[in-house]
Amino acid sequence: MNTLKYQSQAVAKPYFVFALILFVGQILFGLIMGLQYVVGDFLAGAIPFNVARMVHTNLLIVWLLFGFMGAAYYLVPEEAETELYSPKLAIILFWVFAVAGVLTILGYLLVPYSTLADITLNHLWPTMGREFLEQPTITKLGIVVVCLGFLFNLGMTILKGRKTSVNMVLMTGLIGLALMFLFSFYNPSNLALDKYFWWFVVHLWVEGVWELIMGAILAFILIKVTGVDREVIEKWLYVIIAMALISGILGTGHHFFWLATPAYWQWIGSVFSALEPLPFFAMVLFAFNMVNRRRREHPNKAATLWALGTAVMAFLGAGVWGFLHTLSPVNFYTHGSQITAAHGHMAFYGAYAMIVMTIISYAMPKIRGIGECNCNRAQVWEMWGFWLMTVAMVFITLCLTGAGVLQVWLQRLPETGEALSFMVTQDKLSIFYWLREVAGVVFLLGLIAYLTSFFIKEKATA
Amino acid sequence: MNNNNLLINDKKLPGDLAMWFFILAELTVFAMFFIGFAITEYLNQQLFIEGKAQLHTASGVINTIALITSSLFVALSVNALHQNKVKQIVWYLIFALLFAFIYLFVKSWEYQSLFLQGIDIETNTFFTLYFLITAFHFLHVVLGMVILIFMLLKAVKNAYKENHSGFESGACYWHMVDMLWIILFPLIYVI
Repeated sequence: MNTLKYQSQAVAKPYFVFALILFVGQILFGLIMGLQYVVGDFLAGAIPFNVARMVHTNLLIVWLLFGFMGAAYYLVPEEAETELYSPKLAIILFWVFAVAGVLTILGYLLVPYSTLADITLNHLWPTMGREFLEQPTITKLGIVVVCLGFLFNLGMTILKGRKTSVNMVLMTGLIGLALMFLFSFYNPSNLALDKYFWWFVVHLWVEGVWELIMGAILAFILIKVTGVDREVIEKWLYVIIAMALISGILGTGHHFFWLATPAYWQWIGSVFSALEPLPFFAMVLFAFNMVNRRRREHPNKAATLWALGTAVMAFLGAGVWGFLHTLSPVNFYTHGSQITAAHGHMAFYGAYAMIVMTIISYAMPKIRGIGECNCNRAQVWEMWGFWLMTVAMVFITLCLTGAGVLQVWLQRLPETGEALSFMVTQDKLSIFYWLREVAGVVFLLGLIAYLTSFFIKEKATA
Repeated sequence: MNNNNLLINDKKLPGDLAMWFFILAELTVFAMFFIGFAITEYLNQQLFIEGKAQLHTASGVINTIALITSSLFVALSVNALHQNKVKQIVWYLIFALLFAFIYLFVKSWEYQSLFLQGIDIETNTFFTLYFLITAFHFLHVVLGMVILIFMLLKAVKNAYKENHSGFESGACYWHMVDMLWIILFPLIYVI
């Protein structure tokens, strides 16, 4: 049965499938690393902690990029009311990106990082060795080529079709994503400068342009599942992105507190980033308001649940947990502690992993020819996945927050000699790390339930 | 009965709701700066007394008058809009913009004279906050003026005949800019 409005939307399928495969990899490496926190030599020879961490974070970024691309290939033609400019290009770019991604991850795992740097001729244009941007230069160039082709394809589609606010905001976010990534090619030898521009990629992605992408996808889903007037939804979207950009761009200052930058950054960073919860709070109001004012009962309950869930969890993870340590007098003690890790986990899951699963939940039944939604049993499995993963993530965050508070108390706060060293402090935190690992296993169970939902079929009636 | 209707109409928020959200977000930023300033002043009283003594209060007074007058003309232009008097709208907006230019000129002169004395954003905490808050406000005046110019161009074409919402939204924004200065001036220059 064909349930797609535009046939070319089907190119989103491999992107979504591959994103979820990488997601599984990310969680497995997270579990390995979580265990290494408390059992230091677990798999230490085969997968050292630094490698596991690099694979865990790189897989996250790459699967989210696959998810965003899939979302865009699905969403843009439907909004523009026309077929995708070139489905063939989308498929070619999928394979280019997938092969480059797999080779890079294998490179991390199979050879020492320095050897990988030598093989990929990093010395010609050194960009490796920085957190999250560990990819060899050649992979980075590949990402740029894929992004350019992707933006060209979407841009041409929008040009020949209907121009909607959702598409415009999404495109602005995606172009911003590509532009900000270019700073990863600039690698000054001065460490302060290096970090300064490194944040242009990391911060202006997750607290800038990615919020536009999230807002656009959320708006699209809410239009579809609630049937509320597009004008109303678009107005909310504009308010949200205005607030996201005002707070997010100058909020970059909260990373400049301790980078040998002038003292006024303490004020700029504190004040503007303290406002960063606002757009996320607006997204919560937006999502619940639209669902309450719905004009139709969409049969895909799971997609609606994901949409509401992503708004709430993004607000908690990015908004509240970000605010906890964003004021410079607080951050003086907390930066780089487990509080940062707590914030990172819930924010990435709440804002970006969940928004990708929202669009997957909505789009996949249509792409797979099932219809408006999966069967009831499959939706139940999916919602079990939702709740298990989300509750587990809340516990992971709480455990890491507990660890972070204790870490700050033992290691950072004491002014005199009684402050504990880093490793002694880590030993004292082990109960939190064990609990986090348990929550991590529950997360994996949730992920298995979620993935199982894709294979559940309606029971045959006798 | 008529009075009741008037009351109900009065309760309607002028302009677009989205603009009010925007204004609320802006006010929150300034509120945090003002609270931050007040707390820092409480902790560094001598430094702040000395800092304030170096400011040019008279130029602050001129700017207060300029912005309030500018706001008055914007309010008059909204009145004229409700009576559909296009010529008046245009003239009132031109006067509003002229007074806003006075603010820009005086404020720039003030910055210039501080720079000539060797005072800048890194001189001390007082001047860090002085420059951050007033420069941030300055940028809002510039943005507000862009909005007023946009309104002026549309008013010339009589584009607000049917729908007043856009015009009222712009006017609300300008009143916010003016109101912020009314808090900013005594807090930073006087008290």
